[in-house]
Amino acid sequence: MNGDFIIEAINVTKRFGKIKAVDGVSAGIAKGETLVIVGPSGSGKSTFLRCLNMLETPESGTVLFNGVDITSKKIDINLYRQKIGMVFQHFNLFPHMTVLKNMTAAPMKLQKKKESDAVEKAMALLSRVGLADRALAYPYQLSGGQKQRVAIVRALCMEPEVMLFDEPTSALDPEMVGEALDVMKDLARGGMTMAVVTHEMNFAREAASRVIFMDEGKIVEENSPDNLFAAPASPRLKSFLAKIL
Amino acid sequence: MLNGFFETLTEQFILNFIDGGRWKFIANGLVVTLKVTLFAAALGIAIGFIVAFVRTTHDKTGGFKIMNVICKAYLTVIRGTPVVMQILIIYFVIFGSVNIDKTFVAIIAFGINSGSYVAEIARSGIMSVDNGQFEAGRSLGFNYVQMMWRIIAPQAFKNVLPALCNEFITLLKETSVCGYIALQDLAKGGDIIRSVTYSPFMPLISVALIYLALVTLFTFLTGKLERRLRDSERRFYN
Repeated sequence: MNGDFIIEAINVTKRFGKIKAVDGVSAGIAKGETLVIVGPSGSGKSTFLRCLNMLETPESGTVLFNGVDITSKKIDINLYRQKIGMVFQHFNLFPHMTVLKNMTAAPMKLQKKKESDAVEKAMALLSRVGLADRALAYPYQLSGGQKQRVAIVRALCMEPEVMLFDEPTSALDPEMVGEALDVMKDLARGGMTMAVVTHEMNFAREAASRVIFMDEGKIVEENSPDNLFAAPASPRLKSFLAKIL
Repeated sequence: MLNGFFETLTEQFILNFIDGGRWKFIANGLVVTLKVTLFAAALGIAIGFIVAFVRTTHDKTGGFKIMNVICKAYLTVIRGTPVVMQILIIYFVIFGSVNIDKTFVAIIAFGINSGSYVAEIARSGIMSVDNGQFEAGRSLGFNYVQMMWRIIAPQAFKNVLPALCNEFITLLKETSVCGYIALQDLAKGGDIIRSVTYSPFMPLISVALIYLALVTLFTFLTGKLERRLRDSERRFYN
C-alpha cells in the first residue's frame, strides 16, 4: 500500500485457543504520526500492538518494518526490536538495576556504545523528563509516574524509529497519569512515530493524528480524532464513547 | 556420684580421642566431609542451573526438545533412586574396573544428585520472575541468552537463595553415607572409633554434635541472608 509506513500490518490474525483476539487487521503507521488505538477491553487492541514487534507471533498475515517482513523466520527479530521501542502497562523496569543501568544496558550491549556515550545520552533523556536526579535510584524507590517516565526514556535510549505504548497509564494513580502523558505528548510533538493503545480519550483528542477503534478483534472505525469523537459512525463506537466520556 | 560421672566421662574421652591419636579420625573425616560437600555443591549448582535453563527455555519457547527429554530423564532417575544406590553404582559399576580416588567419586555422585534438586529450585526461581521482565528484555532487542543472563538470572538467583542454602544443608548431612564406599568422612570416622573402642556413646554423639554445629552455623548465615533479602524485597513491588 503506502510506502511511507514505518510499520505496516497486513491482514494480521492472532488466536488464543478458540478466541480470535485479532481478526484480519490491516493498519499502518506513517513516519511522524501518532496512531491511537482505542476500544473496550478484550477488543484485541493490545494483542494487535504486541504483534507489531512480534511479542505475539501472528498466526497469519504480515508485519512489515520499513518494508521488511518481520514475521519471517529468516530475519533476526532482535535486530528489528532494537528499532521498535515499547512501553508497557506495568513499566517492567529491571528491579536489580539502577535507573541509569536500566537505560544503558541495552545500548551498551546491543549497539556496542561506549559507556560514556550511553550515560551521556541517558542523562540527557532523564533531564528531558525531569528525572536526572533519580539516575542512581532503584526502581522501587520511584513513584509509578516516575517509573513510567523512566520506562519511556529507557526505550528511547535505543533511538527507535517507532514507539509502541501498551496502555501506558492504566496502572498509574490518577494524579500521576498526567506526567506520563505529558512526556508522550512532548514526544509526539517532536515528530516521533508512535502507536498508542490507551483509554485516555483526552490524549487521543490532543495528540493523535489518527484514531483507530477496535472491537472483537477488528478495526471498526478509523478517522481523525476530531471526526471520530464528534461524529462516530458505527453504533458500537457510539455506545463505547457514551460509556467512557 | 557426680564425681564418678565426670571421671567416667574423662576416661571415655581419653579412650576414644586421645589414645592412639584417634581424634585424627574425626579431624580428617571432617576435612573429607567439608571437601565433598563444597565441591559437590559447586558441581550441583552448575548442573542445576544448566538443566533449569534448558527446561525453562523449552517451556517458554519450545526449543531444546531433545535436551529437555534428557534433562527430564536425569531428574526422574536421580530423584527417584536413593543417593546410597547412586554412589554405590558410580563407585562399583561405573568406575568398578579402575582405581579411583574415593573422594572424587563422592564429589561426582553427590554433585549429580544435588544437581537434580538445584535444577528444580532454579527452575522455580526463573518461573517466579514476572513475565513482563522477559517481555521488556525482548522488546529492547536482547536475544534469549542475553536476556536470561542479564535480566532474569540475577532476579531468579535472589528469589531462590534461601532454598539453595537449604539444599546445601541437606547435602552436608547426606554426605554421611560416604562410608558405603569406605570413604572415611566424618560419620565414618566416628564409627571407626566406636568399632575399635567398643564404646559408642562418646564418638557417635560427638560426630552428631559436629554436624549439628555445622548446620546451625549455615542456618544462622542463611537467616542473616534472608533478612537482608527481605529488607530489599520492596523493590519487587513494581
